[in-house]
This record gives sequence, C-alpha cells and structure tokens, in this order.
Amino acid sequence: MIQLNQLYKTYGKLKVLRAIDLELSKPGVTAILGPNGSGKSTLIKLILGLVIPSQGTITVQGQKVRESYSYRNSISYLPQIARFPENLKVKELLQVIEEIRGKSALRDHFIQYFGVESYLENRLGHLSGGTRQKINLVLTFMYDTPIRILDEPTAGLDPIALVALRNLIEAERQAEKLILLTTHIIPLVESIADDLIFLLDGTVHFHGAPAELKQSTKHSGLEEAIANMMLNAKKDYNGRMSLSLHPAPNS
Amino acid sequence: MKKIIVYSLKDLLRSNWIYFYSIFFLLITSALAWMSQDPLKVVVSLLNIILILVPLVSLLFGLVYIYNMREFTELLLAQPLPRMQVFGGQFAGLVIALALSCLSGITIPFLLLRLQHPVEWGQVGMLGGVGLLLTLIFSAMAFFLGLRFENRIKGFAAGFMIWLFFAVIYDGIFLWLLAIFQNYPLEKFTLAMSWMNPIDLARTLLLLQLDISSLLGYTGAVFQHFLGHFWGWVLSSALLILWVALPWWGVRRLASRKDF
Repeated sequence: MIQLNQLYKTYGKLKVLRAIDLELSKPGVTAILGPNGSGKSTLIKLILGLVIPSQGTITVQGQKVRESYSYRNSISYLPQIARFPENLKVKELLQVIEEIRGKSALRDHFIQYFGVESYLENRLGHLSGGTRQKINLVLTFMYDTPIRILDEPTAGLDPIALVALRNLIEAERQAEKLILLTTHIIPLVESIADDLIFLLDGTVHFHGAPAELKQSTKHSGLEEAIANMMLNAKKDYNGRMSLSLHPAPNS
Repeated sequence: MKKIIVYSLKDLLRSNWIYFYSIFFLLITSALAWMSQDPLKVVVSLLNIILILVPLVSLLFGLVYIYNMREFTELLLAQPLPRMQVFGGQFAGLVIALALSCLSGITIPFLLLRLQHPVEWGQVGMLGGVGLLLTLIFSAMAFFLGLRFENRIKGFAAGFMIWLFFAVIYDGIFLWLLAIFQNYPLEKFTLAMSWMNPIDLARTLLLLQLDISSLLGYTGAVFQHFLGHFWGWVLSSALLILWVALPWWGVRRLASRKDF
C-alpha cells in the first residue's frame, strides 16, 4: 500500500530523515516509535504530501505522492494538534470536510461513538482540548478509507475515550486496514501493534514485529525492550560521536 | 475552491474584528459627512484614511488569520485537494470579508445621510474600488509573509515594516530625492517612483478620477501631464492589478514547495 524508496529529508543542515526504505504492504497496525525529534511526524507528513522530500520517492496505492493528490482519497489523517477555526460550529466543520470528501455514511455513528452529539451546535473555540480531539477522531474515522494515519491519537483523551479508541483501532485491524500511528504510550502499542518501526537519528533503527524486538533484546516486556534498544543505540551514538572527534584517515 | 471560500467567510464574518473594522468606517464616514455636508470632501478625506488604514489592517489581520489557521490548513492540505485550492480559497474568503466590512462602512452613511449636495456614486464607487485593490494587494502580501515566516513575531514585524515603508518612509525618501535633484528634469523619475508604491498609485488613481488638480500633487500632475486623464487612469489601474499579481505569484511559489 505504501512504499518509501531512499527517502531523505533535510532542513538546511539538519538531516531529519536519511535513506529511509520502507514497504508497508500488509494490513494491520504499524506503530512508529522513536524519541522526540526522531522524525516520526516528518515521516507521516511526507506520506501525506505535507512535507516535500529532499530526495527519494513515495508511492501510495500505486500513485506517486508528488504527482497527484487524489491518492489522499484512500487516506484519513488524524493530526497531532486538534485546532480548528474558532468561529465555526462543530456541525459546520463536519460539513466542510464532507463537502471536500463527499457525504459520509458513518458520520452520525462516530458522533455517537465518541459521545459528541451534544456539542454539534457549539463553536469550536468554546470546546475543551479533549472534546476537540474527539471531534478530530470523528473527522478521521467517518470515512471508510483503507489507510489511517494517526499522529498521537491519544492526546488529551479521558480513559473512556481511550478505551473506545483502542477498541476502534482493534476493529479496524480486523477489517484489514493499514493503520499507521505514532505514540509514546507503549502499553497501547503492546496491545494493538502488529508491526513496529523504530526511528532513531533519522534512520529506521528497527522494523519488525514486537515479538522479534523482545526476542532480540531478550526482554519479555515491550517497554523494557524499547528502553534497552534506546540505551544501546545511545551507546552506539556516543561511540560514534567520540570516534568522530578523531580525524578520519582520508580527510 | 468554493467550499473553502464559503467556510472561510462563515468563520471570518463571525469575527469581532471584522465588525470593529466596519463600525470604524461607519463612524468615520458619518462624522465626516455630518461635518462637511459636501460628498466630494468626504470622499477625499476618506481616501486619506483608506490609504493608511486598509493596508495596515489587511496586513495585520491577514497575518493573524494565516497563523491562526495553521493547524487547520494542515488538515485541509491532507485532504484530496490541490494545494493552491486551499490557499486560493482562504485568500478569497479573507479578501471578501475585509472588503465587505470596509465597503459597507463607507457606503451605508452615504445612503442614509441627507447631504447638501447630491452624492456622485461614481466617486464613491472608485473609492470602494481603491479600497478593494489595496485589500487585495496587502492581503496577498500577508499570505506571502505568513508562508515565508514560520515564526509569528518575524512575520508580524515584517508586515509592520512593509506597511511603514509604503505608507510613510517611501514618500519621505521620494521627497528627499526630489529636493536633492530639483535642478534636473524629474518627470520620468517621478513616474517610475510612483509605480513602485501601490499606496501612491491608489492615491493618483482616485484623484485623477475626482479631477481635483490642487490635490493631485506632483506625482499626479506628472501622470496627468504625460498620459492625460484617461490613460493615466488606465495605467495606474493596470499597475495596481500588477501589484496584486506580484505577491500572489510569490504565494504560489512558496506554497508549492513549503513543508507543513
């Protein structure tokens, strides 16, 4: 469904992503993990066409991202920050998206699912952060697309909404969708992820099933396995840093 | 694009600032009309207010709008829409909202107040046209700055500097140069200089139409002398339209390669 070939992204001198090769062809939940600033959001935004690659190609459902915008019909995206035009009512915001993407058959179902029916006539500027995130979730799930991209979907949610979201992601997995999500909540990853991508220092440090990671780090819990991998990577990184202090033989 | 224009308008026309802007023009126009009773004098006084205020409000309000919409723009860009439809729609929504609020503030008092002399609607229309062109030019500049500067403080500082330059500093430099080189023929230089400032162009455009020679100033007089009324008017309108196209061209360039 999604292929990334030799993808690079640099901002001036800062290399955010380097030589990323990924193929996400199987349905299921893929969690993108990594420390702050490791390039998780940039990777997601590259797939959405929001960020333009410095080098390399991205293909979604057979269409090259830079050459078209219609491929986004097969993606629904949940942005990390739920901020909407303050003077619009919730109902009007849903209408805006419906006018762009077409009438949604699932709209009312998800309004009820996330319990926001009483807010439809409220202006978005008057809503709490958690409620805005629920509206954000309705906007994302109200289209039955084969790919879902969720950037920190749990931000600001209460425990009830969190459980509802986890059940929903589970149901979507059963429905054979590709769900790409970034999160810092490891228990959530442990309970739903089929596939892990661990980004570090702009490269894919690990890509595989959670069980493989646990096996390779010899830890039974995912949290410990990830912490162990990060620690080892940090040692590697520091090692490289100390090495780089010495001039290279050819320079 | 229509969908984006409609949502932007719905959002903007509920903003308190748009009402303040309209009420301000309503009060100023009413006060001027009440004091002078001569529609021509009201138009000239309003012109001077529009020349200063419309660029400032378009720049600052435009920047506030773009920065406030940052996250929502990101969501729109992730929808199956070409980039320029999103920005074109938001720009049109902003210009329509600002122009409606300014034009309603100007025209309503002329409709309601009974003045001693009959109102020349052509002149009021030209005044509105100048207001609209300035709104277009400076809103496009605001879009350009909003896309160019991720940092809001830099964006606002650049916007304010642009306004200060065109509204105040430019004329100062212009006058200074005219004074220094007063012994040389300066007509062509004056013409060229006035093309490079949309606010000067807007002033010349309206004063040529109003046919008040005493208020034309040196630039206007040169325009009239070289091109006559009709061609002076055509040229200054064409140049103002070019002034809309220039920042918009910059917006298109930036928008097509910007990372969000």
